[in-house]
Amino acid sequence: MDYTLLTLLEASKLLKDRKVTSVELTKSFLQKIEQTKKLNTLITICKADALATAEKADKIIQSGVAYPALTGLPIIIKDNISTKGVRTTCGSKFLKNYIPPYNATVVEKLNAQNAVLLGKANMDEFAMGGSNEHSAYGNVLNPLNNEYVPGGSSGGSASAVGANLCLASLGSDTGGSIRQPAAYCGLIGLKPTYGLVSRFGLVAFASSLDQIGPLTKTVKDSALLLSVIAGSDEKDSTSEKFKLPDYNKCFTDSIRGLKVGISKEYLNLFMSDETKVSVNSVIEFLKQHGATLVDINLKNIDLSLSVYYVVACAEAASNLSRFDGVKYGVRAKDYKNLSELYFKSRTQGFGEEVKRRIMLGNFVLSSGYFDAYYKRAKKAQQAIKCEFEKAFNICDVIISPTTPSTAFKFGEKTDNPVEMYAADVYTVPVNIAELPAISIPCGKGQNNMPIGIQLIGKKFSECTLLNTADYIEKHYSWEGK
Amino acid sequence: MKYQTVIGLEIHAELCTESKVFCSCKNGFGFSPNTNCCPVCTGLPGALPVLNSKVYEYAIKAGLSMGSKISKYSVFERKNYFYPDLPKAYQISQLEYPLCIGGHIELELNGVTKIIRLNRIHVEEDAGKLIHSENKGSLIDFNRCSVPLIEMVTEPDLRSAQEAVALLEKIRQILVYLGISTGKMEQGAMRCDVNVSLMPEGSSVYGTRTELKNISSFRSVFAGIEYEVKRQTDILEKGGKVIQETRRWSDEKMQSFAMRNKEESQSYRYFPDPDLLPITVTPEYVQSIMAKLPRLPEQRIKQYVTEYNLPIYDATLIASERETAEYFEDCLALYNKPKEISNFIMSDILRLIKGQNQSLKNIPVNPKKLTDLLKMVSDGKVNVTVAKTVLEEIWKTDEDPEKAVVRMGLMQVNDMAEIEKIVREIIAQNPQAVEEFKAGKSKALAFFVGQIMKATKGKANPQIVNELVIKLINI
Repeated sequence: MDYTLLTLLEASKLLKDRKVTSVELTKSFLQKIEQTKKLNTLITICKADALATAEKADKIIQSGVAYPALTGLPIIIKDNISTKGVRTTCGSKFLKNYIPPYNATVVEKLNAQNAVLLGKANMDEFAMGGSNEHSAYGNVLNPLNNEYVPGGSSGGSASAVGANLCLASLGSDTGGSIRQPAAYCGLIGLKPTYGLVSRFGLVAFASSLDQIGPLTKTVKDSALLLSVIAGSDEKDSTSEKFKLPDYNKCFTDSIRGLKVGISKEYLNLFMSDETKVSVNSVIEFLKQHGATLVDINLKNIDLSLSVYYVVACAEAASNLSRFDGVKYGVRAKDYKNLSELYFKSRTQGFGEEVKRRIMLGNFVLSSGYFDAYYKRAKKAQQAIKCEFEKAFNICDVIISPTTPSTAFKFGEKTDNPVEMYAADVYTVPVNIAELPAISIPCGKGQNNMPIGIQLIGKKFSECTLLNTADYIEKHYSWEGK
Repeated sequence: MKYQTVIGLEIHAELCTESKVFCSCKNGFGFSPNTNCCPVCTGLPGALPVLNSKVYEYAIKAGLSMGSKISKYSVFERKNYFYPDLPKAYQISQLEYPLCIGGHIELELNGVTKIIRLNRIHVEEDAGKLIHSENKGSLIDFNRCSVPLIEMVTEPDLRSAQEAVALLEKIRQILVYLGISTGKMEQGAMRCDVNVSLMPEGSSVYGTRTELKNISSFRSVFAGIEYEVKRQTDILEKGGKVIQETRRWSDEKMQSFAMRNKEESQSYRYFPDPDLLPITVTPEYVQSIMAKLPRLPEQRIKQYVTEYNLPIYDATLIASERETAEYFEDCLALYNKPKEISNFIMSDILRLIKGQNQSLKNIPVNPKKLTDLLKMVSDGKVNVTVAKTVLEEIWKTDEDPEKAVVRMGLMQVNDMAEIEKIVREIIAQNPQAVEEFKAGKSKALAFFVGQIMKATKGKANPQIVNELVIKLINI
């Protein structure tokens, strides 16, 4: 039996029934990782630590005591999540030797369950990019077709799950970085409500937009992983205090009475014909299965992309200033004075895309431009938030494609950043409005690459999203599913 | 032409909370380099700040004591700039929505009261410290990173170096009184930036200002302003123009040096810190802090003079430090003789505590013991001189005054017969002094009294001794 093909829940059941051990699972995945090196999914493999944790987990399981859900289950996390003693590069040359002295809160939570951490996933540098072509550690390949990008910035996390290198993974999503690669690799990607999962230890790209979330093979796996990582954290001032539902119990196998919001402005933003066909087909399906369609107004939605690139770059410019060559990371060798140390270290340490966004961010924050860009963007952001809030007075979920089209080939958009940015047009409004959203596969394009559909919910309505997504996953089918 | 000096100050004070402003590291002084810091205050990737609410409480105390309006809504912003002592490359500070708005401080100068307006008080974090060594290059100590600071910004209401220093002293006294800052200048607990400009006397249009950065002693503030006034006056008198610039003050050279001018000035690219949510302060919370504020020196001095009839000198000295004032008031509650108490505090208690690194809160002679001793004086059980000896003794032994007096055998002798016996002996032994006394030399009386007190170890009631000497010699 090939254990690597299991879902998270299936593996969990086999462990529980003692039909497999965590060490056996872990070894299968480590072997698979070895065999698929050309995908370039991982930046760091934690072989020894993984096996040690697996042995520990097996002892716990064999002792017969009750144990937490993720005990002994092999997973992978994105390389911008701090792991004590394990280098955390953020896909950047700057941090090639940076080993954090502390764990991110989500890592603490996984460790507390004795989940097996197989390695740290490749990613676009500092989570900036939508194709994984901006990693200092090389491109990650799409396991479905190696000519195509896996999406980004959590490309490694998506490719790892798609290639069965782990049972599930964690990514981070600032403007679509979980959902877009999930869509490109045919997976489930969940971006939780801002404040649901602690950001402590997640190396910040844009602090007001970043969220950690799961990439999985099934919706129920997503619920399981979310139930472990969610929850308020006193180390993160932006994490929300409220009583968590049990995400594993969200499933009713019914969407009867569900009010699905349809926004013409949103759907008309920009989408390929084949994607449009798929989206309409899902909408029709939902209607036939008892959901009500509701027209909603999101007339400022077209401002989202501009708002996003102003706000995200402003925050990124500030967040990335700490990488100055003084304390850790790259330090240029030949400098004559302090400003040269800064200038040369940063010039050598950062990639092109990161530099582009730092410059953009510093520009919109600089005196004389602050009001015209940053302040206006924050105003527009508020307007977009309000529109979503109003819409959610009359609907439960809003539907859209995850991306305008299916995965593209390497090099197709690298010369045109603006076109690359446009691939985020459906995902960024969700981050701007601090909402949760999930991407699930709903079809295939001409190029035989998957199409993803996005369901957006009101704040902290992950349960509704998971239930709806689960229903679609189970009952909706398309040619070639 | 005569010029009017115009000065505005930006005063930074470290708050003495238990822990730092955005992490749980200790807020203290004197740790070995880089042993009192964590991922948060050293700005490691992914670490996040969380506000220590005590810092806000302390800052609100400062605001209320200086007449500021406490904002219901305040926001932390990032002040972005590169410097090795700033590990995040931004300082968390406040700009558009500071915690305290407005305010004022009253200064007494040569008998005239002057009001200095405050523009604002905001909360921010301190940076680390650079140590430049000759053979190891520049070293960084991050211990001071994220130590809480308040910055008090005045309006340009000061007109001389004296006024500036008086204001600083006043602010220091208030902060120490409130118990929110150590005020220890030598440990960098207070620093300030000084803005100086000149305008023709009688004018109301301010001249171009220069800013002296980060001065850490009152003496340097004074010298810096005097130097800058002279420098600017020289420029203006030669028909030149003062350039708006930031200048560095050197204590060694007693000169200021240009650091950067307006064109080179940094754009700090302030924006709201997305890691910290805006803070709401309720009126009820402000009220609860207001209720706990200590009375400040002015109020106390006024009360001491008018209600307790203390001389202004005594009142000012006793009220100048909160612990002294509280000790005095505690004594007063036990024994209603203000002047007797203030005499003992000023001449003995403050002398004994000096250099002992002790606080009036926990000295062995607490208000109960001191007032018991004073009662013994007024009851004629000991005289003042003995009381001072006893005070020093019980400071060491922690005894009750009465027990100590008995143990030391110092209870005053009021028995006429017993004293008379001693007086007669002394007279008999000193015939020459008797002659002198009879010849009208008053010194001789003092001699006799001295001899008798010596013989009785100071226990004899001095009044009785006096009367007896005169009576017995004149027989």
